[in-house]
Amino acid sequence: MDKIDAIVVGGGLAGLSAAYRLADAGRQVILLERGDAPGSKNVTGGRVYVDPIRPYLPGIIDSAPFERHVVREMITVLDEGSALQFEYGNERWKKEPFMSHTVLRAKLDGWLAEQATAKGAFIIPRKKVDELLYEDGQVAGIRSGTEEIGAHVVIAADGALSFLTQKAGLRQPHRPENLAVAVKEIYQLDEKTIEERFGLGPDEGLAGLFMGSVTRGMFGGGFLYTNRDTLSVGLVVGIDSLIHGAGDIDAPGLMEGFTGRPEVERWIRGGELREYSAHVISEAGIGAAPKLYRGGMLVAGDAAGFALNLGLTVRGMEFAIASGVMAADTAVLALNENDLSENSLSRYEKRLRESFVLPDMETFRHSREVLDRRRFFTVYPRFMCELFDELFTVGDRPKEGLYKTAKRVAKKYVLNMETLKDLLAARRL
Amino acid sequence: MKVEEKLALNAIKNDTKSHILLDQSICAACKERMCIAVCPAHLYSFNEETGEMVVEYAGCLECGTCMIACIYGSITWDYPGGEFGVQYRYG
Repeated sequence: MDKIDAIVVGGGLAGLSAAYRLADAGRQVILLERGDAPGSKNVTGGRVYVDPIRPYLPGIIDSAPFERHVVREMITVLDEGSALQFEYGNERWKKEPFMSHTVLRAKLDGWLAEQATAKGAFIIPRKKVDELLYEDGQVAGIRSGTEEIGAHVVIAADGALSFLTQKAGLRQPHRPENLAVAVKEIYQLDEKTIEERFGLGPDEGLAGLFMGSVTRGMFGGGFLYTNRDTLSVGLVVGIDSLIHGAGDIDAPGLMEGFTGRPEVERWIRGGELREYSAHVISEAGIGAAPKLYRGGMLVAGDAAGFALNLGLTVRGMEFAIASGVMAADTAVLALNENDLSENSLSRYEKRLRESFVLPDMETFRHSREVLDRRRFFTVYPRFMCELFDELFTVGDRPKEGLYKTAKRVAKKYVLNMETLKDLLAARRL
Repeated sequence: MKVEEKLALNAIKNDTKSHILLDQSICAACKERMCIAVCPAHLYSFNEETGEMVVEYAGCLECGTCMIACIYGSITWDYPGGEFGVQYRYG
C-alpha cells in the first residue's frame, strides 16, 4: 500500500496542533475530521490558559481568536434557596501578557485549521474514520467507509470517546465513574450589556464557577464564561453520579434547574439561547489514561485522557495542544529515522514526562477520588450558606455573639470525624 | 424551555439511519433505564405499548453518555457518518 507520512484523526486542538507541526516540519499530513469543519463537533467550557501552550505554538498563539481575557473569577456556593458568592480579581490580570482567555471552539479550531492548512497540511472534513489498518502488527493507515489511506504513522486525536484507542487495544471500554458529562448553553447578549452586567472593561472577561445544590449533591458543578457577545453556561456531572444519585431528575432537568436559579438567571437574563450542546470529559486523571502509543500510532489530547478537574480549575485544551505538538515531533523524529516501531514511538511518553502534561496529570492523580466526596457537594455548601445566613439574620430575639453562632453552625456540620476524613483525603489534592 | 425546543436551535443534519442501536432483549431485562436520565437531549423513552425502549437518534448531541452509562451493553453507538449529525456553530 502507498503510504503518506502521517494521518491525523480528529480536527480538535490536539489533532490540528499535530497537523500544523508535521506540516511545518515539511511532512505530508492528512487530517480527517468527521464534522463539516474542524471544531464543528467540539465543545469547551471554556477557557484556555496561554502560558503552558505558548512554547508549543510559537508565533501564532497570540493571534488566536480568543473571546475575552479573564480578569475576575467568581465562585457561587449554592444551597436550596440561598447562595454565597465571592470573587477574586487581580489588577495584574488586566495587563498583558494575559493568563487565560475565554474561547469558543468553532472559531478557535477553525483558526488553527487555517494555520495548519497554510503550512501545507491537508484537512479533509466530513470524513469519519472507521477502522485502523495494520501491517505486520503495526498500525499502517485508516479506513473511512470503503476508502483506505496508508500512512507511516496515525495520530489518534479523536476526542474523549476515542474509539480508535479502544480498537487499537490501547484502552479498556469507558466506565461511568471515569467520565463526566457537560451540558452547555450559549446565550447571545450584546457586548455592552455583557460588560455592564459583569462590570467588565472592553475585552475583559469573567469566569464563574457554581457548586453545591445545583448538582443535587452529585459530583460536578456549574460554569459561566463571558465571551465577546455570548455567554457559555453549563453544568458538569459525573456519569456514575447521574446513574446512582439522580433519582427523580434527569440531565436536561438538572440543566433547566441550574439556569433557572436566580443566581444564574440574573446573568443570562434577556439573552437569546443559540445552542445546546453536550460533551463528555475524562475525569479519571492519569489512572484511566490509555497506553499512549504502539507501533505506527500515537494518541493525543482528550483521546489520551488528558484532562484535569481540580474543582477550581478545569483544564484540557492546554494538554491537547501540547500533546498534539509532542506527538508530531515524535512522529517527525521517527519518520526521519525511518523507524515507526513501538520502541521508537515510546519517546512520545518521555517527551510528555519532560513537559508539564504528564507531571500535572501525575501530581493530581487523586483529584477525582478526593473531589468525589459527596460532602463537598452537600454538607460544605450548606454549612457555608447557613453560617452566613445566621450571621446576617437579625430576629426578634437577642442576637447571639458571632463566635458563638459560628461555633454552633460549625458543630452542626463540620466539627466531626467525617470532616477530618475529608481533610485527610484533601492532603492528596 | 423544553429540551426539544433547545435541540431545535442546533444545526443538525440527520442521517436516514440511526447511529444508535439498542439490543431490546437486554433493555427488556433492565430495571434502571439510566439511559433515560443521563441523556442531555432526552432522546430515550420507554414505549409502554410495545414494551420497548425507543431512542430518537435525530437530536443526538453526540456526547456518548448513554453508551457509557449503559453498563449492560445494550447500546451500540457510533458517530453518525461524515456529513451527518450535529454541527456546533459555537462549541
